[in-house]
Amino acid sequence: MSRFIVPIGFIVLCVLLYVGLSLNPREIPSEFIGKAAPEINVPDLYNESEIVKTSDMKGKVWLFNVWGTWCPECWREHDYLLKLSRMGIPIVGLNWRDERKEAKSMLARLKNPFVKIGFDPDSSVAINWGVYGAPETFVINAEGIIVAKHTGGVTPSVWQDKFQKHFGSL
Amino acid sequence: MNELSKSSDAKTQRRKDLSIFSLSSRLRVFASIAFMIFSFSVQAKIETVQFDTEQKEKDYKVLIAELRCLVCQNQNLADSNAELAQDLRRQVIELLNKGQSKDEIVDYMVVRYGDFVMYRPPLKASTVLLWFGPVIFFIVAAFVVASFMRKQKQTNNVEISVEQKQKAHSLLDE
Repeated sequence: MSRFIVPIGFIVLCVLLYVGLSLNPREIPSEFIGKAAPEINVPDLYNESEIVKTSDMKGKVWLFNVWGTWCPECWREHDYLLKLSRMGIPIVGLNWRDERKEAKSMLARLKNPFVKIGFDPDSSVAINWGVYGAPETFVINAEGIIVAKHTGGVTPSVWQDKFQKHFGSL
Repeated sequence: MNELSKSSDAKTQRRKDLSIFSLSSRLRVFASIAFMIFSFSVQAKIETVQFDTEQKEKDYKVLIAELRCLVCQNQNLADSNAELAQDLRRQVIELLNKGQSKDEIVDYMVVRYGDFVMYRPPLKASTVLLWFGPVIFFIVAAFVVASFMRKQKQTNNVEISVEQKQKAHSLLDE
């Protein structure tokens, strides 16, 4: 009996460590899938008197993309966001911890894929949405429920694997 | 990207910790080793906060010690200088000043960031191993050591007596 304990224990430990290694500590499970999208409620990047609201998008399936000019991956994913917006996907942006001037000049150079952009210099919206890094992108359905979330840049494979199915036939 | 770094290099550097994918994996390893080494000695420069009651101040200290910084995961909110940690600390202060209790604030964070935000994870099906793993390992190890020692004792006794017997026999036969 005791002859088997050591090898069995060793195998169990190996399995545990192997599984542990394959987990990504950056992949924090989102608490929001299946829940109502939180409010945005901050002024628009371009138009300070206009408040960007989650309820504005009611009835549409839309993307909520958190970005900042300080985030290199946001520059990288920008082209693909433009492509999605040309396909007719409504994307609401959240300009996070940034300065208006820099955000505007980035969009002036790369073009603007967003229908609206909330301006969030002090993380008030970001914290409300449980954002801990940029870029981060949510899919919100017509009922205002978050149905998918991706941490990191949006790429064609992310779109195909995680997002597209929520948009029905395009 | 190049133009960006030229125009606001310092800022990019300062804000780098917010961007999860900005560090190459090798840099990340170095960074985490550095964190491990220096986290004992280095305390972040935390804004001094004034509360109107002592209870709030006590709660604040407990909260920022128990809530994890999500950007630099080996630090709590109290230790971290990351910008998101600063914003989260400010959020904790605001909620305390609104009169929310410690538990309500922890709930507020858990609803948004999950159990992950707590350094003391709750006891759930997915965390059973985390809570009882060490005890189980200890029991198994104690059992293995005990049985190993017992076996050794037995074999020692037998070997010695057999040898002694043979020696005795051969001596007697001569």
